[in-house]
Amino acid sequence: MKSFREKAWYLILPFFGFAVILGLWALVASTFAHNLPSPAKTWEISKPYIVEPFAKRGELDQGILRFTWYSLVLVAKGYTLALILGTPLGFLLGRSKLFSRGLDPVIQLLRPVSPLAWLPLGLVLFEKSEPAALFTIAVCSMWPTVLNTAMGVRSIPKDYINVARMLQLSPLQTFYKVLLPAALPYMFTGFRLSLGIAWLVIVAVEMLTGSPGVGGFLWQEYNSLIYEHILLCILTIGFVGLLLDRGMKLLEDRLRPAEAR
Amino acid sequence: MACLELRGVAKSYGTGDSATHVLRNINLKVEQGEFVAIVGYSGAGKTTLMSLLAGLLTPDRGEIVLNGKPMVGPGPDRGVVFQNYSLLPWLTAYDNIMLAVNQVFKSWSAEQKRAHVDKFLSMVKLTAAAKKRPHELSGGMRQRVSVARALASNPEILLLDEPLGALDALTRATLQDEIEKIWRENRTTAVLITNDVDEGILLADRIIPLSAGPAATLGPEVRVDIPRPRDRRAITHDPAFRSIRNTVIGYLLGPGARKKPGKMDPAIVLSPQTEEALA
Repeated sequence: MKSFREKAWYLILPFFGFAVILGLWALVASTFAHNLPSPAKTWEISKPYIVEPFAKRGELDQGILRFTWYSLVLVAKGYTLALILGTPLGFLLGRSKLFSRGLDPVIQLLRPVSPLAWLPLGLVLFEKSEPAALFTIAVCSMWPTVLNTAMGVRSIPKDYINVARMLQLSPLQTFYKVLLPAALPYMFTGFRLSLGIAWLVIVAVEMLTGSPGVGGFLWQEYNSLIYEHILLCILTIGFVGLLLDRGMKLLEDRLRPAEAR
Repeated sequence: MACLELRGVAKSYGTGDSATHVLRNINLKVEQGEFVAIVGYSGAGKTTLMSLLAGLLTPDRGEIVLNGKPMVGPGPDRGVVFQNYSLLPWLTAYDNIMLAVNQVFKSWSAEQKRAHVDKFLSMVKLTAAAKKRPHELSGGMRQRVSVARALASNPEILLLDEPLGALDALTRATLQDEIEKIWRENRTTAVLITNDVDEGILLADRIIPLSAGPAATLGPEVRVDIPRPRDRRAITHDPAFRSIRNTVIGYLLGPGARKKPGKMDPAIVLSPQTEEALA
């Protein structure tokens, strides 16, 4: 058991981390990076966007959480598409050696491609910015879901499948009663990683398509020379990403088999 | 008519020169209501034999007949208690048994099914643990749920694949007694595969050694004429028990032992351990 002092330190240390970063930021801004707004200036200029987070003063001038909401809606759509495509693909890869052999090299080839490369292809394919954005989010973020689902399916103990065979469960029953619950903890790890990537991709996508959202706002404010808002957007993106990840982690932990906890 | 019959069954893995011959020329007859134990070395092919009996594997040669009909594939007419914990970890003890009951007695009412599951839970003395998941149960309790699940589908034959292998000695002894009692009450035809000769003698009507692999086969059967219920403490002093034990161990260490290349037929040359075991 840690002493009270150790525990207090443990809780205080992250604040030191933030303080150091803030100090460095202020130092850099006041010495050589003259275009970089100081923390105080950033707060001052960003304040209206934070204290009225859902305000809509115009198409390009909205509260930060309203922009965040637009981004989240887009991410939700693209992410759903990624799960709808990725989960069955993962099951196929996990169950069939043939599929695995045939598709694995293709996946390894497509996985490292950047969202910046996919988006133009999406625009060529769909000719509109929203479907192109969804395509880009889905195609970038589905891989962890595919690979983790496949791994989950491959690691189902043979005994479970033998139980299904002895009871003569139909393929559909075997899927719902044995394969799916057995693979679910792995699948959720994939879902969490996919959500992280989807959120990462959104900024790039919004910058390129100019759609309203936290990434679009960032790019627009850069062009309008309001650099304080770039920092506001970066902090918001980081914070929302952290919240999404923690939320998914909570779900994941609840699903993990109790003996592995 | 025999309940289960194997005629000249052989099984190998792989093909050509790299093939591993696991089992050869297995002949076995199990009568209705009989308890047969097959005792053999670890890695001799015991689990392969069990998978064949369950229908999870098909033999390369020979045939398996269940109640006069050739066996095709797995089915709930055989209740299997697997060696490892094969309970589904996301289901409670009750739901694990219900999975089997739902599948076998599809036409029953929900009330009938519930009563049936409860009956088998109480048979293995786990009524209080009905709502517990496998990880909340001890190893012995899990295997009792497995036994209940296997019997709840009213199988023609109960297949026990080293069901107590992973348990500590005391739990193992308790469960042996329980399985013997449950079997006496149900009289379901049963085949037990084990590496424990004493366990085989305590539970079975007939005990058959399986020789060491590769290409393992069944040795001469020994009838266990010890009246039931059998008391594990009294039985060790029974001369019949000792003689059965010596015969089985004698085969396993002698003719049934791994053949050493370049030596004479081990059926003739007995190792010192064998002589010790036979003495």
